[in-house]
Amino acid sequence: MSIIQPENMDRRHFMRHVAASSAMTIPAFHFLNHLSANAAEVRKNQKACVLVWLGGGPPTIDMWDLKPGSKNGGEFKPISTAGDLQISEHMPKIAKQMDSLSVVRSMSTREADHTRGRYYMHTAYVPNPTVIHPSFGSVVSHSLAPQRKSLEIPSFVSVGGGAGSAGFLGMTHAPFVVDSNGQIRNVDSGGTDKRRLEQRLAMWDVVESGFINSDRGDLPQAHKDVYRKAVNLMTSPQMDAFKVAQEDPKIQEAYGNNNFGRGMLMARRLIEVGVPFIEVNLGGWDLHNDVFNTLSNQRLPTLDQGIAALTQDLKSRGMLDDVVIVCMGEFGRTPRINQNVGRDHWASSWSLMIGGGGLNGGVAVGQTDKDGVGIESQSYLPGDIWATVSKAMGIPLNIVHTSKRGRPMKIANGGTPIEELVG
Amino acid sequence: MRALSLIFGLAVLQITTLSVRAAETSDYRLKYDTAVVDQIDLLIRQSWEDNEVSPSEAADDITWLRRVYLDTVGHIPPLSVVEEFIKNKDSNKYQQAVDEMLDGDSYVNNWTTIWTNLLIGRQTPDRTSRDGMQKFLREAFAKNRPWDDVVYDILTAEGHFEENGAVNYLLSQMTMRDEGVQATAKTTRLFLGTQVQCTQCHNHPFNDWKQSQFWEFNSFFRNARRVDHDKIDPNTGQEVDDYSELTTNDFSGPVFFEKRSGLMQVAYPKYFGNDVEFDNGKSRQKILADAIVADGDHQMARAMVNRMWGHFFGYGFTRPVDDMGPHNPASHPMLLEYLTESFVASDYDMKMLVRWITSSEAYRLSSEFNTKNEIDNPAAGEMPLFSHMYIKSMEAEQLFDSLMVASNASGMNRANYAQAMRQRNQWLQQFVTTFGTDENDESTTFNGSIPQALMMMNGELVDTAVKCDPGTLLHQVVSAEEKDSKKVQLLYLAALGRNPSGRDLAAVKKLMQISGNPISAYQDLYWALLNSNEFIFVR
Repeated sequence: MSIIQPENMDRRHFMRHVAASSAMTIPAFHFLNHLSANAAEVRKNQKACVLVWLGGGPPTIDMWDLKPGSKNGGEFKPISTAGDLQISEHMPKIAKQMDSLSVVRSMSTREADHTRGRYYMHTAYVPNPTVIHPSFGSVVSHSLAPQRKSLEIPSFVSVGGGAGSAGFLGMTHAPFVVDSNGQIRNVDSGGTDKRRLEQRLAMWDVVESGFINSDRGDLPQAHKDVYRKAVNLMTSPQMDAFKVAQEDPKIQEAYGNNNFGRGMLMARRLIEVGVPFIEVNLGGWDLHNDVFNTLSNQRLPTLDQGIAALTQDLKSRGMLDDVVIVCMGEFGRTPRINQNVGRDHWASSWSLMIGGGGLNGGVAVGQTDKDGVGIESQSYLPGDIWATVSKAMGIPLNIVHTSKRGRPMKIANGGTPIEELVG
Repeated sequence: MRALSLIFGLAVLQITTLSVRAAETSDYRLKYDTAVVDQIDLLIRQSWEDNEVSPSEAADDITWLRRVYLDTVGHIPPLSVVEEFIKNKDSNKYQQAVDEMLDGDSYVNNWTTIWTNLLIGRQTPDRTSRDGMQKFLREAFAKNRPWDDVVYDILTAEGHFEENGAVNYLLSQMTMRDEGVQATAKTTRLFLGTQVQCTQCHNHPFNDWKQSQFWEFNSFFRNARRVDHDKIDPNTGQEVDDYSELTTNDFSGPVFFEKRSGLMQVAYPKYFGNDVEFDNGKSRQKILADAIVADGDHQMARAMVNRMWGHFFGYGFTRPVDDMGPHNPASHPMLLEYLTESFVASDYDMKMLVRWITSSEAYRLSSEFNTKNEIDNPAAGEMPLFSHMYIKSMEAEQLFDSLMVASNASGMNRANYAQAMRQRNQWLQQFVTTFGTDENDESTTFNGSIPQALMMMNGELVDTAVKCDPGTLLHQVVSAEEKDSKKVQLLYLAALGRNPSGRDLAAVKKLMQISGNPISAYQDLYWALLNSNEFIFVR
């Protein structure tokens, strides 16, 4: 039997097949038969989401919601954009794309610890000791992977790591973590030829299945499922999507000659082969010290170029209406500037950027007070953001997942799509 | 015995001590303090009764041996040890096996690895000496120093980061100028099993901690001062890192913090809200360490007992093990209290704690569910009842070390240990991502996801294990004057710690037939075993 489980066969059914085909007769191993036929075919209008993750917690008061004239205002000036809002002067390229992008200025998310905030923003649930909630990329993978039969590579890719876990949705929806250089380690089976690999896998399958059948819970099966995906990946031409260096040098230059730029370009290439969720990690935002120099000289120019290039590129390829871009971190930073000219952790009033995917662009949703410390409009939770993304991607909001313990979990924690963006 | 001395790389001396101990069997009663083990068993049985579950059967001998090896010394048992254990008919062989492990180098290596990762992380923060940290820990575990002494030294250390390796814990928490915020959060988590990081900014919504308590605790770390020394590189003329040290400054005032309302508040050193004794000339860290050691509630001991139980069983009495408190009640409060008291009474004897846990009835149980304990499924979020063992995936270090054991005919020997550790550290980096935050927190892709599967299938480690070069275990087995069936059995014992089933044997026969070449068939078999779920899970 093949370790490649037919997509339309449920696990129990599959297991019966495994049990029925006894080890006495190991048939020829169908290892590579799934490929190539439809790999080149790229379906139009496939929905996708790119999450730009600003690890450490970005000072959004210096990026998306400036407070000129306030004691908390800091050193930067706001500039006008192609949309109906102003943003930081250090993001001039994004400013030109703001007709397609919007900002939510009234996030209020209560978790100001890195680990807890990261979890909350990725999953829409606060940490709970008895259940591990899936990152939203895993939710998207779980919802859309079954419809994308020609997709041979993982449906949730994390460029640079830190994307959380698939939790109760299982390891097959876990983020596939890669470097932005596009080199996937150990993907090449070296000198082992196909026939030999098939023999090894046939033997392996007997041991693997024996342990699965020994009644030790779900983990042994998850191990097998992940191997199945890994074997698919080893042989897929879609792996070329990771090879950013194959891209036209002019386009590479537009995205920026740095890890983040390459990660954003990789995201576009992955979307083109059908990957529905890509998270690109840009770290270094935990700016307790020297916030203004670090932002203007390092973080913001990189971010500005990468986001603007992706937006422009998607637009020119006619893909922007199908691809949602979200840019956020685990929280914002204190409006008050500390004695080290830094800003500390702050979750109660901050901003994020969201656009594309057919959402309304050029809009500022919600507002904070003149010093940025309080919210003067409706406030939003991560579940509202993910509900908005779900709506844009055509994922029904009435999906309810069931945790291993049988507890029902609403998609996006029951959040509501943001009216100004979807209306 | 010979086999054991080989893996631990010790010579004749070791063998002698072991046989002397084996003769004094009556010693075990005293040594193991069976009363403690009996009480553990009693309290666990009580919870089975209360929850109407029946325990699974005991695991067979070699499954238990594989488990206790992985948990105690961090790798699978070498083939020779497995064979020896099967032959040994002494009723004390379980305790003997544990004692041999506790006396060996692998025990020291394993716990040094575990605590280095806990204290400074898998990726060494800037200007922190991993070697220094390890040197301190090696000595602590080799001498079986009482845990309270170890904690005291870690919290109060001063000096050069290689001369007094204990300073590296605080140095690693002070890579950002964060006024000891990270040291506060990490110290309470690691040593007191209490999470306070959220209370930096506000009162905790779930536990009793107040924002003021965070800053009271924080004020203990304000005397610590990191001093980084640079030097000129004679080749380039550039200034480069030399060494770092931890000293004290003359900070003596209170700490100020900002409430959410914007009001500034003041905090003085207090331990869980209680006043501490000030002594002129004594550093704040010493005052804190004294308070922790003198704590009549023994929170440090409780935290360690909970962590150790979690290490051996996969689940502690609270989840996670380092978030204890009224907001997160323990699954077995009486047992937790009993073990805490016993640990204190033993003078914080780490090895004794290992003996108690590994001798318990619950630790012997099979990891298979039965029909009467299906609800005992903490992987699905249920409270653990310890009515069967829970399988756990090997940590990256356990996998590396186990593949070394599975590769080498001589197991792990000490001669190349240092080199193996350097290789291991290098290999590990492919799985580690740091978040680049003030907490130096890391995530790993060694979590059962695709990169791990690719590494197993195509990476160098398994490739080396199946190469069948002279000196490898595979070569030794394959070239022995034995029947094929015996060779197959030996490979199963080496990789999985069990005999092949009928189904396994039929598949192997088929493999031999289609392979044509017996050596490549054995290579393929060993590849399959090492890649299996059964190998990577501690069961």
